[in-house]
Amino acid sequence: MKTYYYPGCTLPDKARDFDTSARACCELLGLELEEMERWVCCGSAFKLDHKNIMQHLAPIRNLAEVHKEGGRLMTLCVFCYNSLKRANYAFLAEPDKHEVINDFIESDYDGKVPVVHLLEMLKDEVGFEALAEKVKRPLGGLRVAPFYGCLLLRPQEEIGFEDPENPTVMEKLFEALGAEVVSYPHRLECCGSYLSLKDRDHTTSMVTRVLESAVEAGANAIVTSCPMCNFNFEFFGGELVARDTIHTFYFTELLALALGADRKLCGLEQHETDVDRLIDEALAAPATAAAGSETAGSGTSGARASGDQAPDARNG
Amino acid sequence: MRRIGVFCCWCGSNIAGVLDLDLVLQEAGKLPGVVHAEYYKYFCSQPGQDMIEEAIRDNELDGVVIAACSPGMHEGTFRKAAERAGMNRFQLEIVNVREQCSWVHQLDKEAATEKAIRLIAAMVEKTKQNEPLTPGTAPVVQRALVIGAGISGMQAALDIADGGREVVLVEKEPSIGGHMAQLSETFPTLDCSQCIMTPRMVEVAQHENIRLMTYSNVEEVTGSVGNFHVKIRTKAAYVDRDTCTGCGLCIEKCPAKAPSEFSRGLETRKAIYVNSPQAVPNQPVIDAEHCMYLTDGKCGVCKKVCEIGAIDYEQTDRMEEIDVGAIVVATGYDLYEQENFPEFGGGEIPDVIDGLQFERLNSASGPTQGRILRPSDGEEPKQIVFIQCCGSRDPENGVAYCSRICCMYTGKQAMLYKHKVHDGQAYVFYMDIRAGGKGYEEFIQRGIEETNTIYFRGRVSRLYRENGKVMVSGVDTLSGETIEIPADMVVLATAILPSRGAAEVADKLNIPTSDSGFFAEAHVKLRPVETQRRGIFLAGCGQAPKDIPDSVAQAGCAASKALGLLASRTLTTEAQVAVVDEERCAACGMCVTACPYGSRTLDEERNVAEVDESLCEGCGACVAACLNKACELKNLTSRQISTMLGEL
Ligand SMILES: Cc1cc2nc3c(=O)[nH]c(=O)nc-3n(C[C@H](O)[C@H](O)[C@H](O)COP(=O)(O)OP(=O)(O)OC[C@H]3O[C@@H](n4cnc5c(N)ncnc54)[C@H](O)[C@@H]3O)c2cc1C
Repeated sequence: MKTYYYPGCTLPDKARDFDTSARACCELLGLELEEMERWVCCGSAFKLDHKNIMQHLAPIRNLAEVHKEGGRLMTLCVFCYNSLKRANYAFLAEPDKHEVINDFIESDYDGKVPVVHLLEMLKDEVGFEALAEKVKRPLGGLRVAPFYGCLLLRPQEEIGFEDPENPTVMEKLFEALGAEVVSYPHRLECCGSYLSLKDRDHTTSMVTRVLESAVEAGANAIVTSCPMCNFNFEFFGGELVARDTIHTFYFTELLALALGADRKLCGLEQHETDVDRLIDEALAAPATAAAGSETAGSGTSGARASGDQAPDARNG
Repeated sequence: MRRIGVFCCWCGSNIAGVLDLDLVLQEAGKLPGVVHAEYYKYFCSQPGQDMIEEAIRDNELDGVVIAACSPGMHEGTFRKAAERAGMNRFQLEIVNVREQCSWVHQLDKEAATEKAIRLIAAMVEKTKQNEPLTPGTAPVVQRALVIGAGISGMQAALDIADGGREVVLVEKEPSIGGHMAQLSETFPTLDCSQCIMTPRMVEVAQHENIRLMTYSNVEEVTGSVGNFHVKIRTKAAYVDRDTCTGCGLCIEKCPAKAPSEFSRGLETRKAIYVNSPQAVPNQPVIDAEHCMYLTDGKCGVCKKVCEIGAIDYEQTDRMEEIDVGAIVVATGYDLYEQENFPEFGGGEIPDVIDGLQFERLNSASGPTQGRILRPSDGEEPKQIVFIQCCGSRDPENGVAYCSRICCMYTGKQAMLYKHKVHDGQAYVFYMDIRAGGKGYEEFIQRGIEETNTIYFRGRVSRLYRENGKVMVSGVDTLSGETIEIPADMVVLATAILPSRGAAEVADKLNIPTSDSGFFAEAHVKLRPVETQRRGIFLAGCGQAPKDIPDSVAQAGCAASKALGLLASRTLTTEAQVAVVDEERCAACGMCVTACPYGSRTLDEERNVAEVDESLCEGCGACVAACLNKACELKNLTSRQISTMLGEL
């Protein structure tokens, strides 16, 4: 099935780093992408008024476009991902409205175009073991704090990607890339989202809480899949950002780097912090968990170790 | 030609105030076969019953139709009267012209009268085709089986035994007492659980009418009310528990350890173990999975130190078959496990524990000898947070029902905490406080006033570890404030579930469970301890979550029902049972699946379906399921039904 890339409004502009690096990653991993020829707004935040399917016409128009070509839709921005995937779900739930909608948007959409996120493809199609083998520049000096935010995983019955209370995909990804993955309590918290437009103080306190907790746990990089989280962390991170204590990345930037992409293609341009120094140091250091040689198993490395020890303890 | 009598009851003005009974009588008298018709103010009264008897004798009636209230009210009364007059009781039928006619059609008297006339005509036609029936009898084995020896099972066993009948009490664990044995002090009086329970446990063990079978499971149950055949497997304990004196030396010397189930993992036990110092029986068992001799052939220390030679590594499971007349199911509950709450750490945060773990910490025989110390570092927690409704009343992430005891035990635990940690502070997050028992509301209020427990009405969204604390983020929905508490320890009141294995028990006994998985009672209000299957009764938390007072009361009730059954040596079985027309039966087995009472079986040799009349309750499910119309219910045959319909 052909994969059509849906960039959405932010990636060609404010989140160019995300776009450039993701394209580089896909290229290096042999994931074939084709940008959609015609696309419209994804609807941005998913309208909570489920009852009125007419409010979801924008995302459905995009899906209908892919349906015409017969393929699936891949996206990176979690706003787009959430909105498109949930619109599909809402559409399927109301078969009696299909005719009206299709008449209006001049299509014969059936609700069946799969919507996938690059993280899903990495997990289910590439696989972390295979990914580890493709690593050219293990991210040894990076202590990565994965941050999930709100839109990638919820609501579970509609998105159905990972358990929103206990996701592991980014942890496994960065273990495979040879980085040290930091466990900290606030990885599932809210970044403040659009509150940053209205209430700066509140956003600052929400962001600070997350960043402080990540730094306390030893992180020097926080990784997201969302332009909004990214923006809030960089602009409301206060001292921690001003002093380069912690840097914010899209997961694709570091993935591209690890896969050996040309540095220019890894994004790394729109940052508020001096990421270059960190990247240089990171690449110079030896890999934490030897990427490629060891399988990226389940859970944290700590849990693995204790599991292995149990039988020894009994024999000894 | 049959001779039918019709009797119309006025029921005061209940019926007579709506129906034109003169007209009814006039019309009923014209029906073919009706030789007598009369009305009276209250046929259920003594003079009324006398009138019926007299009419049967005088007119030589061989069938009676009574137009009155619901058969649920007086069918028995009238059938007895008919019997006194020498008529077979199944020749008397009731037409409900009160609930189903006069009460519901008060505004249209004419139509109501018309309806009553037709209903009577239909019933007269049915009665003409009725046969005299004789209920069967079956012997009753004078012994009961009680499954599960928590407080409910123990109480039921004691009550039956005191009533003079033998009891076999089967418990799957090595010792009895169930969850109550794990509790420290109990609401609403705060008496020590062990103190009130130990004497009961000893009484159970010593009662001459009780045979206690611990470390045992019911494998199979066949037969029916009055005569169930039960297969029981007693697991290999690798200890001859009859000769063992319970001195405990083997336990002391055993080098292998495993997490203690009784302490819910808060401490370890040996591979040869008893649950607690007060265990009854207090003879240990060997856990084969952790015993070094049984896994590797090395060690054997217990055998070496046992002076009377009670250790027997060759022991195997034992099977025994026992017949019983009645069964009480008291298999209790288990808790919803912490791993179901990833937002609360999924069981990975050591200082987040569940209610039973708290009970063990607070128990003098527990891992901390009754001092409340947090598991991670043994420090005394100065701030403790209790979270109620973890999984309860949450159909999406847990169970839909209220677990009913958590409000009370949480209030109790907060109080007991403060009794031991005077400078500590307890907080409770709740949805509603449900303290509906006697003295319960007062108890909760006492906790708030005396120990200054702070209650927040709201949910907790997340627990996480930070700086050695368990951070609690929640909301107080009354003030609208979000709340953050750096707690030293958190106690989750997790939902009460049917005990693990309850579904299998239901399967073996062929009794239904409700949506929630608890055993279903025959009628929620009127038959709360009976099951759909005659002779099988319910007690305790296996039926629904409940506290000790309710468990004990229900156990007593189940015991009295069992004793009632065992009081006679024989029992009468249902007369209006299903019959099979063997010519038509194709032995397809639809009736076997349809029958909720397990009364239908296939005779593979003769290739026909059979009815065990002692089990059949006459519900008619098999009749509806039978594709060949080979199945009929006595005195409610399809011919009877179609003639009745013809009259309507
Ligand atoms: C944290 C906590 C605190 C509590 N505090 C109080 C309190 O203060 N006051 C109060 O009144 N109530 C309290 N309760 C409630 C109390 O525990 C119950 O009311 C009581 O234990 C119910 O007894 P039971 O016999 O019905 O069930 P259980 O105690 O669960 O006993 C069932 C027994 O059956 C056995 N069994 C299970 N399945 C089988 C099988 N298939 N075959 C053979 N045996 C089987 C089990 O091993 C167990 O021994 C508390 C409950 C909790 C969770």
